[in-house]
Amino acid sequence: MKALADEKELLQGLALNDRKAIETLYRQHYKMVQSLIIHNQGTAEDAKDIFQEAIVVLYEKVSAGGFELNCLIKTYLYSVSRRLWLRRLQQQSRYLLSDTEADYVAVDDDAEAHEQRDLEFTLMERAINSIGEPCKSLLEAFYIHKRGMQEIAAQFGYTNADNAKNQKYKCLVRLKKLFFTQYKTPEP
Amino acid sequence: MTDDINILETVERYINGQLSPDERVRFEALRKANPEVDQMVVEHTFFMQQLDRFGQTRKLRNKLTEVHTDLASKGLIAEPGSRAKVVHLFHRYKRTAAIAASIAGITALAISVLVSSVTPVKQKNDIQLLVGEIKAIKNENKKRDQEIEKAKQIHTVVPPVITYQRGATGFLIDAKGLMITNAHVIQNARNIAVQNSKGRDLSVEVVYTDAARDIAILKITDTSFKAAPLPYSIKQSGAEIAEPIFTLGFPRNDMVYGEGYLAAKTGFNGDTLTCQIAIAANPGNSGGPILNHNGEVIGILSARQVTAEGVVFATQSRYIFNALKELQKDTTYKSVKVPATTTIKNLDRVQQVKKLADYVYLVKVS
Repeated sequence: MKALADEKELLQGLALNDRKAIETLYRQHYKMVQSLIIHNQGTAEDAKDIFQEAIVVLYEKVSAGGFELNCLIKTYLYSVSRRLWLRRLQQQSRYLLSDTEADYVAVDDDAEAHEQRDLEFTLMERAINSIGEPCKSLLEAFYIHKRGMQEIAAQFGYTNADNAKNQKYKCLVRLKKLFFTQYKTPEP
Repeated sequence: MTDDINILETVERYINGQLSPDERVRFEALRKANPEVDQMVVEHTFFMQQLDRFGQTRKLRNKLTEVHTDLASKGLIAEPGSRAKVVHLFHRYKRTAAIAASIAGITALAISVLVSSVTPVKQKNDIQLLVGEIKAIKNENKKRDQEIEKAKQIHTVVPPVITYQRGATGFLIDAKGLMITNAHVIQNARNIAVQNSKGRDLSVEVVYTDAARDIAILKITDTSFKAAPLPYSIKQSGAEIAEPIFTLGFPRNDMVYGEGYLAAKTGFNGDTLTCQIAIAANPGNSGGPILNHNGEVIGILSARQVTAEGVVFATQSRYIFNALKELQKDTTYKSVKVPATTTIKNLDRVQQVKKLADYVYLVKVS
């Protein structure tokens, strides 16, 4: 029972982006994923990618609410990593994978949801990186780091918060435009 | 433009619930009346969600990279393949490492004392390791001895002739000439050679032995050896009881086929390193591959029980992976890859054996 409570606590930590929870997950499960990848013709770098991707998938699942996993974190991470790596192998037209753990569960829904999210992430990243400064820093400071308008105005050297706010909205309109032009043309 | 920005600001405050009740009522009315504004609210809500998710995910990714670097620099997650870093870390943690190593040494010593005190002494007579004597060669040996004597008498220098007294079996585990056999086969060996299915002798060297698990890895060093991809794979997980199996080995100078089934998942006296199989095996079969009907190696034939009929033991194939992992610590062998797929899965047995014959060798030891 204690183990289960611990797992739930870990998931809650992860949902809050808590560094300690992330480190614990890393310590507990990284080696398992690494041996799966290395055992299936991957490198240490691949292992890092896949593991981090799997944690992101887990994060997406738990942050969507509920913190409900119908299996152990270990099994879930293994299953997701397995599926992600299989996908990469398929891109090199290889279809076989030899398992290094006995238990895994079907995670197709989560993986597909993640693919969509990942696409959105890439689009947003591309949009943000192409609007240029000071828009990029201004928007990041307000929308991502959630800093106050006063503070931002002082930092960026605007005479008052209203000017900064105006500038911010102009930037936001540009960012939206960039994002939606790409988002609305679905990739083939 | 200013109008647009004003509307956008209102929309954003509306989404964030920052409008006063008054403003809110007015805005909702506007939203209802004006589909464009309505669309804007929907779109902006979506965009804010996207931006928020992006921020969260990026934070998470940054943290993951941070944690990875942190743990890797502490050496808590093995990161193979970064030499410069290792050297750097070595200098940094030299002292700590020295202390840790001495503690580890003492612990290892203590554990080995403990283990040796609790390990039951193997009843040697109950188990026969299946290394065969090479009879024909023995006779030849005698003849050669006489010749050497004669040669000595006429004072000519004769190049040393190696004769092999013991024979066993070995099989390839990678295309570049790494071969598995039993550790007891090559124990106390002065010379080792392997003979392929065409009767040619090839020189080998021992690159790894583990007496406890009775596994040895040889490497064919002969220049005439040609690499070819393996038709079988090595199975990582255990086999099932009653699974049909077969083996190829050299109880005599020619390859002999034998078939049977997996009888128990453990070996002699419940030994978990090995498993029990029912198969006809004789001295010389040691080191032979045990394959299932898919052409996956599930074990290495190692010994038989003398006090019972038809009880043979095989080292479980997963220990091949353990041995390989140890071997791969040596950078020369880092890239060794065991085939993960078998290409003889759906063939009939005759064809399977035909394909396998080139990968099973007679190991000769003196």
